Amino acid sequence: MDITETLAIPIPEQLDPSATTGHADLDLTTVGDITVPDPRMKLRDINVFYGQKQAVFNVNLDIGSNSVSAMIGPSGCGKTTLLRCLNRMNDTIDGCRVEGRVEMDGKNVYARKVDPVLLRARVGMVFQKPNPFPKSIFDNVAYGPRIHGLVHDRTDLEEIVHTSLERAGLLNEVKDRLDQPGTGLSGGQQQRLCIARAIAVSPEVILMDEPCSALDPIATARIEELIGELRKNFSIAIVTHSMQQAARVSQRTAYFHLGYLVEVGPTKDIFTTPKHQLTEEYITGRFG
Amino acid sequence: MLRQARDANATRLNSLPEYFGMLGAIWAGAPALLVYFVWLAFEGDILMAQVLEMLPDADSMAATQELLIGDIRNAIENPISYRIASEEVRMAADRYRELSQTATLALTATCLSVFAVCSALALKFMTPRIRARAQVEKIIRGFLLLCSMLAIFITIGIVLSVLFEASRFFQIVSVTEFLFGLDWSPQMAIREDQVGSSGAFGAVPLFVGTLLISFIAMLVAAPVGLMSAIYLSEYAPSKVRAAVKPLLEILAGVPTVVYGFFAAIVVGPALRGFGQSVGLDVASESALAAGFVMGIMIIPFVSSISDDVITAVPQAMRDGSLAMGATHSETMRRVILPAALPGIIGGLLLAISRAIGETMIVVMAAGLSANLTANPLEAVTTVTVQIVTLLVGDQEFDSPKTLAAFALGLALFFITLALNFIALYVVRKYREQYE
Amino acid sequence: MSRTEQIVSGLARRQRAEKRFRLYGLIAIVLGMSFLLLLFGSIVTNGYKAFTQTYIELPIYFNPEVIDPGGEHDPQTLFSADYWKLVKTAMYQKFPQVSGRKERRELARMISEGSAYELRDQVLENPGLIGTTRHIWVVADDDIDMLMKGYIDREVPEDERRLNDRVIGYVDDLREAGVIERQFNTTFFTAGDSREPEQAGILGALTGSFLTLIITLLLSFPIGVAAAIYLEEFAPRNRFIDLIEININNLAAVPSIIFGLLGLAIFINWFGMPRSTAIVGGLVLALMTLPTIIIASRVSIQAVPPSIKEAALGVGASRMQAMFHHVLPIAMPGMLTGTIIGMARALGETAPLLMIGMVAFIVEPPSGFTDPATALPVQIFLWSDSPERGFTERTSAAILVLLAFLIAMNAAAVYLREKVTKRF
Repeated sequence: MDITETLAIPIPEQLDPSATTGHADLDLTTVGDITVPDPRMKLRDINVFYGQKQAVFNVNLDIGSNSVSAMIGPSGCGKTTLLRCLNRMNDTIDGCRVEGRVEMDGKNVYARKVDPVLLRARVGMVFQKPNPFPKSIFDNVAYGPRIHGLVHDRTDLEEIVHTSLERAGLLNEVKDRLDQPGTGLSGGQQQRLCIARAIAVSPEVILMDEPCSALDPIATARIEELIGELRKNFSIAIVTHSMQQAARVSQRTAYFHLGYLVEVGPTKDIFTTPKHQLTEEYITGRFG
Repeated sequence: MLRQARDANATRLNSLPEYFGMLGAIWAGAPALLVYFVWLAFEGDILMAQVLEMLPDADSMAATQELLIGDIRNAIENPISYRIASEEVRMAADRYRELSQTATLALTATCLSVFAVCSALALKFMTPRIRARAQVEKIIRGFLLLCSMLAIFITIGIVLSVLFEASRFFQIVSVTEFLFGLDWSPQMAIREDQVGSSGAFGAVPLFVGTLLISFIAMLVAAPVGLMSAIYLSEYAPSKVRAAVKPLLEILAGVPTVVYGFFAAIVVGPALRGFGQSVGLDVASESALAAGFVMGIMIIPFVSSISDDVITAVPQAMRDGSLAMGATHSETMRRVILPAALPGIIGGLLLAISRAIGETMIVVMAAGLSANLTANPLEAVTTVTVQIVTLLVGDQEFDSPKTLAAFALGLALFFITLALNFIALYVVRKYREQYE
Repeated sequence: MSRTEQIVSGLARRQRAEKRFRLYGLIAIVLGMSFLLLLFGSIVTNGYKAFTQTYIELPIYFNPEVIDPGGEHDPQTLFSADYWKLVKTAMYQKFPQVSGRKERRELARMISEGSAYELRDQVLENPGLIGTTRHIWVVADDDIDMLMKGYIDREVPEDERRLNDRVIGYVDDLREAGVIERQFNTTFFTAGDSREPEQAGILGALTGSFLTLIITLLLSFPIGVAAAIYLEEFAPRNRFIDLIEININNLAAVPSIIFGLLGLAIFINWFGMPRSTAIVGGLVLALMTLPTIIIASRVSIQAVPPSIKEAALGVGASRMQAMFHHVLPIAMPGMLTGTIIGMARALGETAPLLMIGMVAFIVEPPSGFTDPATALPVQIFLWSDSPERGFTERTSAAILVLLAFLIAMNAAAVYLREKVTKRF
């Protein structure tokens, strides 16, 4: 099995920017203000390598509190790789190496004494393809609280499961069949189940890796609506292929190109008055 | 010119000329070939019968006759044996050679004439309108089908042959006695007055012994095999995995007779010595030694099946669990192993079926006498050991002793078949789930 | 207590559990590796010395009065002459001081009885030896061999070891004179089975295995490939074909001893084929190997990109032609890999051969498919039952030879597989 395929991480085939774009003279330094007034997480000087290949180059970016930050860009631009730096999911890939600092509460999450287990409890993640465990709906949501020892009796657990399902907008659809396998739900329901599973441990940040790319438009609309709801309580970073989605759900947008963060700014500015030539070409659909 | 003529012909044919050639060859050659093989199959026996008739004391006992035949065969094939053979044997050998020369000539003549007749017929019926390619392909296809049906013939052959001999056994000893009797002592039954009496063919001790040894084997193989598969697939760096996996698979390629020797020479005495040093009485052919070594043999089997099954669980499950903040072991125990459980159980069933059918290790390292015990330190015997001891050596095909081996074979076949069937079914269902 | 604190409070315990789990895995690997090491280590240490054997150099006088009293070099006379006497005489002359009957018998017993046959063969080959004296290295008895290899402990009380002080003294004398030494054990590779360890070799068993495997290969490879082709390419999807497939998968897991029973009941009792022969052994092993080859061949046909077949069909080839001309050549290395692995399994198989009587004590290597024969693993089984230390050593050595063949076959299979994967 090809690792890139299973992990849905586009590894850039050609990382020399000048070779593919035909913009040999283009400056790839970031345009726009990377900082926000109330950052929840900060990425500083991030470089990511897969073996000899470099996938992310010198990225600096803030993830704002209680807002949705979108990362867009063509395939292989390193946005998923960067997202996986935020909860150190890159650690699980053989040969992946991260340089730079990822700060949360002023501490580098890549510091030696930081336990990724705790980090991932604070920074949850929702994947591209819905991946409920082959367990009942209840056990799927209860998974996090159980492994982290957050509950001590059944009533507490049931309460967490119910509130999580409710906040994920799924409770009404499944409340009569919580003991049925989660894999039996429809695609959109499965993805909302995964969101419920992620919020059951009350993380501070939720990472979403193209959460709607495997769903139909109606299910997508529901998830987008849900993201808008969740923003009130969580900080959200979302990678998306769809510019429209980024425009609909996010407050800030970062545009990546071949591993470089090219432009970042408030979403409405990026889509109306892009400053960088590459961003403009992308949002006007000249490539992507 | 010639080429042109051929090409012109070819355009009118419905198949390439080669196919007409092949079809002709099949029509002409197949019958002659059949004659040749049938002849060869019976030639030796017929010639030998004639030679024996010529000898003066051909009507002596069957046993000495077999010896005589052996001597004559040796004299025919081996010049040194010929030189030192008795006058009589030499004469027989000379006669045999003469006869076989004549026979070879006759065979050649027969084959050639069959070939000639068939060729003539083939020529007569071969016209350009025959769809040669279709016919040739039909014949080949028939041959291919026959080859794949061989698997069914083998199974039928096994069932029929074993069932037939076993049914003869069950005419002497009742089925219930065989299946539920607690006493196994086939040697007693050779005496006329003992045949079938007092439960001398009760197979329960053999079943218990087989289960005991298989259980010990699984006790070694299941945890070691499963944990090493988990370690290799989840923890080991890819370099370690690349080195250790083939090394473990070497264990699977070692012939069972080698394990048997290892059990008998190294493990058995070592366990006995260890037992003595702590004041335990361990039999030198203890169930523990045989089971332990059988376990070693099965480790790579369990580990490679577990590895397949574990890696078949989608990576997305792992990622989902790790992203929730689960540790690797929590991911393994709470998500991957439950998901992989049907596959692992199927694999373990296959491994048990292997342990039950394994022969050489127990023949060399387990006991011969049927002990009805669950103590792993004592010697027990197994179904396969008894099949071997009953059939190796004398071969009277009517004694219940020999037939008992087939009854045991029948039991063994059906037990392993049932296990395999369930296991393959479970594994297949499991695979489909993730495909 | 906040949520983070709650998680942190459990972290240490969870990390300990993680470490424990990881340790169990590591222990399993270490156990597996050490079993492997123990298995090979014990066999190598038991067996490597069997590749040398103790020889004693004796001045043999080919006394015409003993072996050729008539003087006409008649092969019959030469064949049945008393060569043992020549050996004994030479030994007595080496130790002229030994005179007692018992002592002299001990002296003679230091030499293997097989040396007489060796001398016989030399004389039959070259009758000119008669009347001359030659210095010949003859094989020592296995007890002497064991002493030379250090398996007989001189410290043990005399009545508890196989050689008494006197004989050990003779050996020391010979050693001082430099006429006893360990040389490469050619007998082991050129002789058949024997009751005497020092005369026993694996040639007979190797020949038997070779003949058996030829039959197995000739039957199982074409039939297996044909069956795979049919099932992959021509079989209609119906219940009958499903039955065949289930059958093949189940046959692959049937215990090998059952195939032995099949061979005994059908080939020997029903068809009346000769017992203990390579042809029956080969047939039985072919039936046993067939499922392996069919499965491997099917996998390698499946691995051929369908575009190749489609291209052939597209230019008007029949399915049969597309299969035989285009798909089969590409799938062939994969099929051969499966076949080699199947053959390796067949080479190491013992139990079914026991059933069809290939366990007989056979001295002469078989010269044809219908000669009584044994096979290498069966020879190992037979020797492992013998109490003499010399046989234990030879069993291990025979195992080493068997393993060498298996490793060579598997290496060939791996090489083939690598070659194929590189091409695609």
